[in-house]
Amino acid sequence: MTRLGKVVRTTAFRLSVIYIAVFSVFSVFFVLYIAYSTDVLLNGQVRDTIAAELLGLSDQYRIGGLPAVVETIDQRAHQPGASLYLVTDVSGRILAGNVAEVSSDLLNRAGVDPIAVTYRRFPGDTAKRTAMVQVVRLPSGFRILVGRDIGERDQFRSIVTNALFWALALMIGLAALSWVFVSRRVLKRIDSVSATSRRIMAGDLTGRLEVAGTGDEFDRLADGLNAMLDRIEHLLYGLKDVSDNIAHDLKTPLSRLRNRVEMALAGPADSNKYRAALEATIEESDALITTFNALLMIARMEAGAPDGAMSEVDASAIVRDVVELYEPAAEEKGAELAVAAPQPILLTASRELLGQALANLIDNALKHAASATAASSPVKIRLATARDGDNLVITVADNGPGIAAADRERVLQRFVRLEKSRSAPGSGLGLSLVAAVVRLHHGTIELGDGNPGLVVTIRLPLK
Amino acid sequence: MHILLIEDDREAAAYLAKALREAGHVPDLAADGDTGAAMAADGSYDVLVVDRMLPKRDGLSVIEELRGRGDHTPALILSALGQVDDRVVGLRAGGDDYLAKPYAFAELLARVEALARRQRPGAADTLLKVGDLELDRLSHTVTRAGKAIPLQPREFRLLEYLMQHAGQVVTRTMLLENVWEYHFDPQTNVIDVHISRLRAKIDKGFGEPLLHTARGAGYMIRDATR
Repeated sequence: MTRLGKVVRTTAFRLSVIYIAVFSVFSVFFVLYIAYSTDVLLNGQVRDTIAAELLGLSDQYRIGGLPAVVETIDQRAHQPGASLYLVTDVSGRILAGNVAEVSSDLLNRAGVDPIAVTYRRFPGDTAKRTAMVQVVRLPSGFRILVGRDIGERDQFRSIVTNALFWALALMIGLAALSWVFVSRRVLKRIDSVSATSRRIMAGDLTGRLEVAGTGDEFDRLADGLNAMLDRIEHLLYGLKDVSDNIAHDLKTPLSRLRNRVEMALAGPADSNKYRAALEATIEESDALITTFNALLMIARMEAGAPDGAMSEVDASAIVRDVVELYEPAAEEKGAELAVAAPQPILLTASRELLGQALANLIDNALKHAASATAASSPVKIRLATARDGDNLVITVADNGPGIAAADRERVLQRFVRLEKSRSAPGSGLGLSLVAAVVRLHHGTIELGDGNPGLVVTIRLPLK
Repeated sequence: MHILLIEDDREAAAYLAKALREAGHVPDLAADGDTGAAMAADGSYDVLVVDRMLPKRDGLSVIEELRGRGDHTPALILSALGQVDDRVVGLRAGGDDYLAKPYAFAELLARVEALARRQRPGAADTLLKVGDLELDRLSHTVTRAGKAIPLQPREFRLLEYLMQHAGQVVTRTMLLENVWEYHFDPQTNVIDVHISRLRAKIDKGFGEPLLHTARGAGYMIRDATR
């Protein structure tokens, strides 16, 4: 596309054209209206003046006859800014006045209304003069002409016409100029946006749109897009982290699995040895499947709510259900599992996912608390639900070793297992899965200090 | 049992067919959706095992078509997608059970047998009996050798499910799904502990044990003396 083509296609151009058209029509109409009203006004004034002069002259005629009229006209005709006067005899010979020549038949057209004519002020006058005149025929056959030069009016008309023309020309010129300025600016910004987006598409994720700092609509747009780019970059790095983690946490057990099979095949054939190796292989692959499922589930949840899984549920009932499920297992480990969920709290949630999140939390508490507290004091795990304004609050508290404040944020991420628990079984995805479930329900999760032990507080909005 | 296996992975299908034959069933194979739908149409199968993603035609549409014709042959959906919503979609399409890949063969076998059993008369009996153990579904009472055994509500449902499937292996996930209505993998031995509590109540102090552990698969309630 050519530069001009680009400019013509801009919204700014189209808007400018429309505005110019609207303003032009408006100003033409406005000026014409003024010119027309002025015209009417001036014509009226001319007529009134002529009528008044004629009235005065007819009075003179009544009092002093023709000589008085001729005398008055002679006097008036030579004053500055005088009207036009002419007195002729029956044959058309000029007796008095300040007009040299008018068309001869005009003098025969004595009438009531003034008419527009051309005339000569003095013999040999070449200027084009126009006037409004009225002719009166006296009973004696003499004629009296009174008129006003209307050259001023015509001059005024041409001034208005010129003004209109120049105003329009100036307006269009200025509009074109400002439009060129605006569209150049807009195009520059747009081009910079396109250039940046092409750079990002080419793989440079750090690219950001330019913010001019004027706070205009382009800055607002750039801010919004930059925030989106930040989020995308964050997600992509998250994805990279995940793939690194997958590589580590899935490949390690996979190579262990492979080594075991290799070892079993390497030695002399022994069906007992084979059986043991195969059983261990199944166990290992089951653990891998579990890890894989958890990963997929987290990824799936982060992509959005699973449809069909959400329904109206009673959070307290879910907590009681899960506690009931785990209670015998806890008891077997010498742990005490207590629940305080007396009132039903209804919300739209996935029973399955909430149940799984709670199961993971209880599982974690059982695993970690049991390994730390030993026989000195029995493990106690307490679950509770409460309503706090528009939120459901679920707490899971244990009296185990807890998590150091510095590590709390980190353990919610995928695959993070604290060094202390590296040896404990588990995929390292338990808490990340809980965090993903909470995020899916638009809630928050907080790991706190139970003094001793860990307190997990989950808040889910009820609406 | 006559089982139709609609699965496009040849190796998996052959392995599954062999294992089903060894368990005493008669499996037929279909490698794509169209063939599967045509074979299922004659209605001679006791159970259908349908892979969800098939060439030519999606497994769910095969089941939907059968259901649309009023054919209610129990169908087990196999899927590489194991998520909650996929399960919901599968069951909504008319599937009776859902198993995520990869699965243990024992799990599949137990589920196929449970599905076939559901069709047989007697599944809705109000009085379930295994040996001298009796469970009355109306009065919610359990007696063994005429002696009343008090059970918690959940224990009652657990025993009820086991007795409905008497003589069949019931896996831990089947118990979790049907008694607790959760589909996740609890990872620890939570179900085992529930079973051992139940076992203490119904078997301890009575002669022949009725609740057996099927190694590597699950549990079975069965009167071994018969």
